[in-house]
Amino acid sequence: MPETPSPASVAADARDRALALGLRRARRIGYQTIVIREWGRIVRIWGQTLMPPAITATLYFIIFGNLIGRRVGAMGGFDYVQYIAPGLIMMSVITNSYGNVVSSFFGAKFGRHLEEMLVSPLPNWIILCGYVSGGLARGLAVGAVVTLVSLVFAHLTVHHLGAILAAVVLTSVTFALGGFINAVFAKNFDQVNFVPTFILTPLTYFGGIFYSIAMLPPWAQHLSHANPILYMVNAFRFGFIGFSDVNVVLAFGIMIALVAALYLFALLLLNRGTGIRE
Amino acid sequence: MQALSVRGLTKTYDNGVQALRGVDLEVEQGDFFALLGPNGAGKTTLIGILTSLVRKSAGKACIFGHDLDRQLELAKSCVGIVPQEINFNMFESPSTIVVNQAGFYGIPRAVARERAERYLKQLQLWDKRNGMARALSGGMKRRLMIARALMHEPRLLILDEPTAGVDIEIRRSMWEFLREINARGTTIILTTHYLEEAETLCRNIAIIDRGAIVERDRMANLLRRLQTETFVLNSRAPLAVAPVVPGFALTRVDDHTLEAELSKEQSLNALFAGLTACGVDVVSMRNKVNRLEEVFMRLVERSGEEARRA
Repeated sequence: MPETPSPASVAADARDRALALGLRRARRIGYQTIVIREWGRIVRIWGQTLMPPAITATLYFIIFGNLIGRRVGAMGGFDYVQYIAPGLIMMSVITNSYGNVVSSFFGAKFGRHLEEMLVSPLPNWIILCGYVSGGLARGLAVGAVVTLVSLVFAHLTVHHLGAILAAVVLTSVTFALGGFINAVFAKNFDQVNFVPTFILTPLTYFGGIFYSIAMLPPWAQHLSHANPILYMVNAFRFGFIGFSDVNVVLAFGIMIALVAALYLFALLLLNRGTGIRE
Repeated sequence: MQALSVRGLTKTYDNGVQALRGVDLEVEQGDFFALLGPNGAGKTTLIGILTSLVRKSAGKACIFGHDLDRQLELAKSCVGIVPQEINFNMFESPSTIVVNQAGFYGIPRAVARERAERYLKQLQLWDKRNGMARALSGGMKRRLMIARALMHEPRLLILDEPTAGVDIEIRRSMWEFLREINARGTTIILTTHYLEEAETLCRNIAIIDRGAIVERDRMANLLRRLQTETFVLNSRAPLAVAPVVPGFALTRVDDHTLEAELSKEQSLNALFAGLTACGVDVVSMRNKVNRLEEVFMRLVERSGEEARRA
């Protein structure tokens, strides 16, 4: 015959269940609060967050798409402006996802208001997910703005909607995580700007946004395959025009692996308190 | 129940500085507790460990029975912290700051807005709720940090020098507010360099120096240990020399001011009788320094001597 639990153990179980439920609810509300705060920041400073990518994209489309693009002719069997449009959208997603998290998290660290979160019961993974979601929100918002701009200059078709959405989300999350890691290590504003200027921008420009790597000599083609942005841009472009310089399945595999590796590394840094706890 | 229990807490920073050397401390639920110490004594490090901003090197700490090592989320949900340095986003409004802070503790937004109104009104910040926080005066910023710390209605409120740089009128209104909060059941731990503040508000006290607790007692007991007190007396008529009152050490400070040092056994009545006999008409009197300050200085000096001998 099964043993009847004592009233004390029943009460303890009920208390533990209530605590666990309370913590889950608190985590959900905490996560929502970070996302609301990040989105509020993006909207509050829209002149710095949403407007510049629209202007930059317009200039790219006018100069590279129309003026130079007419002389370039077809690329991969498509109009040049149609070929570069997905890459330009992706470029804005990359820089804005990264920039949002690096500036917001480093700003909170520098201004010490990060402590508001650190002293709260929020677990580190919620803090990380909250900031990454903020980066994703800005990446998607800017991506939508640049897509609207591109519709003025290019005829955008949809070949595979799932590929478009998966590529943009995975890319945005990857670079939001990258921005977070940069912010954790950064000790001053120079270190915040170093990675975007000296690493991110060259990788982006050599990531096949403006050209097909088939145009490159063999050694440069091999080198390009070490650039993760090449896979992101091509997976995204595949979603629009059905053309890719790389194997699309491999591209998604690389993106998923990058997200997992960067997430684990960022969480490890937070758990160790690197750069944020003494 | 103990609001705080700390056992053998040590902290050695990467640069080798040993900020805490085996601190043992207990604070009872409902207490208004003073944690005093000179600059660099380890107060802020101790608070940093309790709020997880500083990682301990060894030891154990429990908040309302929740072990910081095993139940960090539960322990932190019991604590509200008012730090020494201003640490909110200067570009956000007071209303946003306190509502967001409640969210980090899992308080739904509708409830947070109600509480924000209550605490911002109580701390006279309601009129400023929508402006940028950086436009607030120093005293307002301190009060905003108190409002923020109260948003999740913590059972333990830790205030690290909350009235530093605040004028006396606002300081007294903050004292009144903290007394009310304590009367409603919130345990308060206060660190301050204004010893009058600690003497006025706190029932129990610990003094920390060089990373160790050198004294822990009821405030009343500690003050009773004071062996001598120095009083400043103001006379109506000018005094050319210090009057001689048998049994009392009197020093002339200026034409109208005397200092008298009394031991615990001596009575003020006897002093006044002696002064009257000398024809000195005393119009006012005060302690030369705050009584707690005298005790504090002696304990810290003793601790320093012991450290030097060691």
